[in-house]
Amino acid sequence: MATKHSRMSARLMISPAVLLLLGWMLIPLSMTLYFSFLRYNLLMPGMEEFTGLTNYRFFLTDPAFFAALWNTIALVVGVLVVTVIGGILLALLLDQPFFGQGIVRILVIAPFFVMPTVSALVWKNMFMNPVNGLFAHAAKALGLQPFDFLSSAPLASIIGIVSWQWLPFATLILLTALQSLDQEQLEAAEMDGAPWIKRFWYIMLPHLARAITVVILIQTIFLLSVFAEILVTTNGGPGTASTNLTYLIYMQSLLQFDVGGGSAGGVVAIILANIVAIFLMRMIGKNLDA
Amino acid sequence: MARSVSTQRKLITTVFAWAIGIAIFFPILWTILTSFKTEAAAIADPPVWFNFDWTVENYATVQERSNYFRHFMNSMIISGGSTLLGLIIAVPAAWSMAFVPAKRTKDVLMWMLSTKMLPPVGVLVPIYLLFRDLGLLDTRIGLVIVLTLINLPIIVWMLYTYFKEIPGEILEAARMDGASLRSEIIHVLTPMAIPGMASTVLLNIILAWNEAFWTLNLTAAKAAPLTAFIASYSSPEGLFYAKLSAASTMAIAPILIMGWFSQKQLVRGLTFGAVK
Repeated sequence: MATKHSRMSARLMISPAVLLLLGWMLIPLSMTLYFSFLRYNLLMPGMEEFTGLTNYRFFLTDPAFFAALWNTIALVVGVLVVTVIGGILLALLLDQPFFGQGIVRILVIAPFFVMPTVSALVWKNMFMNPVNGLFAHAAKALGLQPFDFLSSAPLASIIGIVSWQWLPFATLILLTALQSLDQEQLEAAEMDGAPWIKRFWYIMLPHLARAITVVILIQTIFLLSVFAEILVTTNGGPGTASTNLTYLIYMQSLLQFDVGGGSAGGVVAIILANIVAIFLMRMIGKNLDA
Repeated sequence: MARSVSTQRKLITTVFAWAIGIAIFFPILWTILTSFKTEAAAIADPPVWFNFDWTVENYATVQERSNYFRHFMNSMIISGGSTLLGLIIAVPAAWSMAFVPAKRTKDVLMWMLSTKMLPPVGVLVPIYLLFRDLGLLDTRIGLVIVLTLINLPIIVWMLYTYFKEIPGEILEAARMDGASLRSEIIHVLTPMAIPGMASTVLLNIILAWNEAFWTLNLTAAKAAPLTAFIASYSSPEGLFYAKLSAASTMAIAPILIMGWFSQKQLVRGLTFGAVK
């Protein structure tokens, strides 16, 4: 049983972490909230004044906002579809017995460890470049016209790059979940003559449901904030074709120096992320009791 | 008969799995190969695979032109420093939550996690202005602080799940045998906690090394780690594929190797214990 003394020292041991995170959360958050109600541009110092909801009105009625919102959703959903379906297929494959399992596993998870700026630049230049990229070389070898990925289909290209980075994460988690599946149950179903597709649909998929949910939620949190990949490939363009919310707010605050408008955008981004976060927190909280 | 079928199936799976594995790994392999080519060979059409004049010239050029080593050291200091600092703050917290759980321990843990859900762009403006006013822009110490704070919830969580697995009875037994708190910590707990702490450190170095929002927004030339340095290749001059590849290879190699060692812990750390 914990004594009064040990409780005291326990509290003392937790407090640095709690206080730091509290400060990290509350100070910038309240500043963002405060700035969002101000007319505040770094190019016009000393002109700050309270403008109520003007920043929100401008931000939420800006056509760029709708484009960015749509691009954000397309990016998140696109990457989720590719990585979850690809991850399930890969996990099923890697779960089979074959020679060199360990090495293939290592090859498959490698992209996850490549920093975003490197993977985006490698894909942009060495693969997607319409003159010198490998895809262009391949197209020419087949007698086709090279395709300019990042100008003609910027968002789809970025979805491809980001999917490559996140496929290992989905695969690894789904594989881990798959390996915890009770083999006897599968063998029993097989002996009863259940075909593979039924075994997959009625036994494996329900078993994977939890892991799939976790993959979707965690990836969503990260995918809402994709930034570096856009910065080094398209700069959000052409026009706003590949601008997501994170990039729009970055442009508004650090390139146009509109602190007020950028902050209003920040508040909007926080609200959107929180909607996802609530679901994720519930999932994880449930597991904590178990 | 059954055996030969399964061997055949295993062979087919092997071919298939290797093909897919190599396809996924290919961009990295291609980058490594290109880093040893001349610039002309790097864009050759048809592409040259292995039969080119191998050269390490690009590595030397990258270092000469932009003092690559300095950015490499920035990455080392920032990821190492933030992990160490995070560990110092997180170990006592995770420890007491695991061994002296209170009613609200679960709430505290969940709340810590919720700070991780905050989109970084939501606090970009205030952090940028605070950094500007405090003179922390483009400093290593500034980035160490930010990365410590954004990764602290993950460190606490990972350590908590590992500490939780240490059976409390062992501690009680040690106490009964008359072990002092000090020797309890040194001789009983530490040996059991070390594997978990090692994985936590590994995963956090990886996360900090690859962090590319704050490192890009809060640094310029001086304190830029590799993430930000590599981004400067997005507006290139002339032929640069081989140099880009050399810079990239050096930037990802250490973390790739670490990552391969930590693949099991990765699942646990990134899902906050939701999938083990």
